[in-house]
Amino acid sequence: MPQVKVIVTLKPSLLDAQGRVIMDALHSMGYAAVNEVRIGKYMELEIDAAEANVEGQVKEMCDRLLANPVIETYKFEVTA
Amino acid sequence: MSVTAAPSQSAPAFSTASGPTFGVVRFPGSNCDQDAFYAIRDVLAKPVKYLWHADADLKGADVIVLPGGFSYGDYLRTGAVARFAPIMECVVAHAQRGGLVIGICNGFQVLCEAHLLPGALVRNASLKFLCKFVTLRVENSDTPFTSAYRTGDLLQIPIAHGEGRYVCDETTLSQLQDEKRILFRYTDRHGLLTSDSNPNGSMDSIAGIANGGFNVMGMMPHPERACEKILGSADGRGVFASLISSALKVMA
Repeated sequence: MPQVKVIVTLKPSLLDAQGRVIMDALHSMGYAAVNEVRIGKYMELEIDAAEANVEGQVKEMCDRLLANPVIETYKFEVTA
Repeated sequence: MSVTAAPSQSAPAFSTASGPTFGVVRFPGSNCDQDAFYAIRDVLAKPVKYLWHADADLKGADVIVLPGGFSYGDYLRTGAVARFAPIMECVVAHAQRGGLVIGICNGFQVLCEAHLLPGALVRNASLKFLCKFVTLRVENSDTPFTSAYRTGDLLQIPIAHGEGRYVCDETTLSQLQDEKRILFRYTDRHGLLTSDSNPNGSMDSIAGIANGGFNVMGMMPHPERACEKILGSADGRGVFASLISSALKVMA
């Protein structure tokens, strides 16, 4: 059964307020080498084996619901 | 979602009330629906009905209100799931016909997700949930949502949100500015834009915007919570008064 891993993150142009706080925390812990932290969402989907067009369907799901193209970008990988 | 039972309609019959009928949409997780209902029925004395998210029926309402709250728990993104509720197909069709739609707080987020308004609402820059009175400046009083005000009026209206930072791309922002579609901005008490007067980090201090046809509006502050002096301010009444007179003109 195909497994899909979807990662959604805020567009680079948008201030990621949560990521900023985490970066500040890492800096105060002494991890000075951290230049950027972006917080995202990770989703796992299990797709019916009968579905012939997994890639196409998942892309449509991302565009319509899983991500908001106005503020987010997404990527996914499908494993059989 | 397995919510199927519609809430009971406790509204009295309004056969004698005149004027446009409002429809307040209830999603699972809406929590300002009763405030809006109360403001319209008891303060503005206009007919109002609840509209259930799972019904594809606007029940003849002339003005649709998408209230505040946490529709569908705000899972995934605020308003993201509500956008696909059966009622939303009717709301989109109503808007496309030129019908009046106002989204307040979570309702604004739903309207953006439904692409009835451009842009999106993301986490407040401070990451804090903000619940307080703010000052809004009316930026364009020549709209169905603001005609009861004058441009430049300062209003005291509360906000209550964790995700109210309005963002959009530069092209959209220019359009909003050029077409005077920014209806409300956050200012200080004197009507000035300062770094402290923008509570959530919204682009251009945007608190409320309209679509290109000026029949759909979304705002993060809660005018329905500011319709009576006893609640601290009656400045929000103008939004509903504007909608009533606009809808009456359409009906005439």
